[in-house]
Amino acid sequence: MDFTFTEDQLLFKESVADFLRNEITPEKIRELWDSETGRSDALWTQLAELGLTGMTVPEEFGGLGMNELDFVLLAQECGYVALPEPLVHNVLVAVPTLIACNNDKLKKQWLPKIADGSAKVSVGLEENFLVEDAHVADLLILQSGDELHAISKDAVSLRYNQSIDLSRKLYAVEWTPSAATCIASGDEGKAQIEAIMNRGALACAAQALGLAQRMIEMSVQYTSERHQFGKPIGSFQAVKHHMSNIAVRLEYAKAPVHRAAYAIANGQSTASLNVSHAKLVSTEAADLAAKNCMQVHGAMGYTWEVDLHIFMKKAWAFNSTWGDVAFHKMRVADYIFADDAPLGAGNTFLA
Amino acid sequence: MDLAYTEEHKAFREEVRSWLADNVPSEPLKTYDTEEGFQQHREWEAKLNEGRWGMVTWPTELGGRDADLLQWLIFEEEYFKAKAPARVNQNGIFLLGPTLMEYGTEEQKAEILPKMANGTEVWAQGWSEPNAGSDMAAVRAKAELSECGEFYVINGQKTWSTRAVWADQCFGMFRTDPESKRHHGLTFILVPLDLEGITVRPIPQLDGLPGFAEIFFDDVKVPVKRRLGGEGEGWKVAMATAGFERGLMLRSPARFQQTATRLVELYKANQERADRDPSVRDAVLKSYMDAESYCLSTYQTACRLIKGGKIGAESSTNKIFWSELDRQMHATAMSILSARAELEPHAPDAQGVGDWLDGWLFAQSGPIYAGTNEIQRNIIAERMLGMPRA
Ligand SMILES: Cc1cc2nc3c(=O)[nH]c(=O)nc-3n(C[C@H](O)[C@H](O)[C@H](O)COP(=O)(O)OP(=O)(O)OC[C@H]3O[C@@H](n4cnc5c(N)ncnc54)[C@H](O)[C@@H]3O)c2cc1C
Repeated sequence: MDFTFTEDQLLFKESVADFLRNEITPEKIRELWDSETGRSDALWTQLAELGLTGMTVPEEFGGLGMNELDFVLLAQECGYVALPEPLVHNVLVAVPTLIACNNDKLKKQWLPKIADGSAKVSVGLEENFLVEDAHVADLLILQSGDELHAISKDAVSLRYNQSIDLSRKLYAVEWTPSAATCIASGDEGKAQIEAIMNRGALACAAQALGLAQRMIEMSVQYTSERHQFGKPIGSFQAVKHHMSNIAVRLEYAKAPVHRAAYAIANGQSTASLNVSHAKLVSTEAADLAAKNCMQVHGAMGYTWEVDLHIFMKKAWAFNSTWGDVAFHKMRVADYIFADDAPLGAGNTFLA
Repeated sequence: MDLAYTEEHKAFREEVRSWLADNVPSEPLKTYDTEEGFQQHREWEAKLNEGRWGMVTWPTELGGRDADLLQWLIFEEEYFKAKAPARVNQNGIFLLGPTLMEYGTEEQKAEILPKMANGTEVWAQGWSEPNAGSDMAAVRAKAELSECGEFYVINGQKTWSTRAVWADQCFGMFRTDPESKRHHGLTFILVPLDLEGITVRPIPQLDGLPGFAEIFFDDVKVPVKRRLGGEGEGWKVAMATAGFERGLMLRSPARFQQTATRLVELYKANQERADRDPSVRDAVLKSYMDAESYCLSTYQTACRLIKGGKIGAESSTNKIFWSELDRQMHATAMSILSARAELEPHAPDAQGVGDWLDGWLFAQSGPIYAGTNEIQRNIIAERMLGMPRA
């Protein structure tokens, strides 16, 4: 039993965090809002050069051969900077989906390209109904009932749906499933779809932790500088307690997210339960952060100019994508209300 | 990261489980807030100590098992699952014991720890005073060094001292420097409660039982060798007593996980009626998840500490999290119990009410004792988040 990250994992996180904080500034994010795709090829190339796009790609396909647990702290950092590029999706969702499908041709064709940054893959589930970053994806993996299909970008037509978070690029995809495009069906398809949902939800959960942390830090700074009644507003207890309340919920959301990443990385049977728990508590913390941080900014928080909304809006989106609150609560309920559910002390680490 | 218990852990769990199965009284003991119950719990402590289960993290030579924090968590899991008796001497064993090991003289350890371990001496804490509650540094009860220099003469009053009604000893902070202000000039002293000049006045709690007491000191002479740490170092020693690991020991996750489990059972048994209010099911779900979050976070912290990590200001989130969780779980149980919820368990028509009402009453105090949740929020804002002081 060792519920800690290794020195290597922590050091890697530090170095990536430095890079992200320098490069992905709020100014950069606003600049990308005004660009045609909302994405930056130059940035993606940099991420690939750092080995990040290939983190979960097996070494034989040119990646670093790491797992979800190695990436989860980095995903938190991506949330902290509100990274617009679909890095977390590619590393946590697309690559593992390709690895899991029994199709060597597909793996050989796409994994090396994801690793070297020359291709992106987007995965879409019916639960989400829209597909993230479909406009920059070279390959789409899409659900149709119990089936998964691999569709080339030329075989789809896209309809852009603007999100309140301008960094999220969401598309309705029109496409036709066929026997030739099917890569998983039946029980295997179902299992894969559940695994994809878990990975997508973990991606949101980890980023939500980073978003909440960032919103707290921005607000601590703002309330230390802004004066009213001759004092920094952050010295007023009502303001402090708004912040402390977030800190409490955030602190206790971290371990569930790490536990969920561990369950996925180790193929544990409790993964769906662990992920739903993690997503519910981490998005709840980020949602509370959005609410309380908005409040302590006063009217400033209600403006477009102040950067808070960059993080706030992403947190709102994460509440309901990759399984909304009802979806995840139902999964937890199915587990705990089952007749023979192994609940209580001593059962937390059942696998 | 490796989230599997080692073979050693599993064997340890088995050992705890089988000892408890053989030894936990089949009939629940009377509450220790009665004289008879207090005595029963004292005897239970002696039994635990005989089996070397009184405090597994204590050193072997003191009757412990040199266990690490993970073993402690495992012990607690089995302890709560076995519905073993509440720990009447927890203030001694969990809080003062480790502080004594750190700050005590050899003589003090030899004299005090064995009697603490076997339940001969049960300890109460004396921090609060009528005018020093949240503001603990406002302590006024004074201890003056006698002219011969052999004892302190204590005058003043402590209050809200848990289990002081039948306890044998009390530890607390007293002002040894009359000129001093705030947290300076305070000294940590261990006071036998049977000394001349001490009056203990029981205070009935919400359930009507005298769970805490006021302690009046009237020229009470305590030998100087009963001082823990140096004169004037009381605040430092007190902070160690209230430190995180000890806070963790006060409220380990198993307790809340077992309550959450009982809540799920209660809900399932009364589902049809409970579901008339859709928020009840949601509260049950949330309770289960929060209890699991508390467990996961505690394990993560324990593992970090075992690897030599340090605990930071984030530990001040702990108290708020568990006290709010405990209150929420019991509030939800009260909703499910519906019109029976107000009935005392012994009322003839109180079927199914069980311990919930007692738990509900006690859950009211969680946000108050051990530093109110408002004080904790101030600490989090200032020390963990770095917000400006008032
Ligand atoms: C069940 C129980 C057991 C206890 N056992 C012991 C014991 O064994 N030994 C012992 O010494 N004490 C014990 N206590 C006392 C406990 O430590 C105090 O009750 C607690 O520290 C609060 O002090 P107070 O009751 O004087 O409340 P006050 O300090 O008067 O506080 C009243 C209210 O004002 C708020 N408040 C006060 N100051 C501030 C501030 N700066 N900012 C914001 N809000 C503030 C508080 O949060 C609270 O809501 C026990 C209490 C209970 C309920």
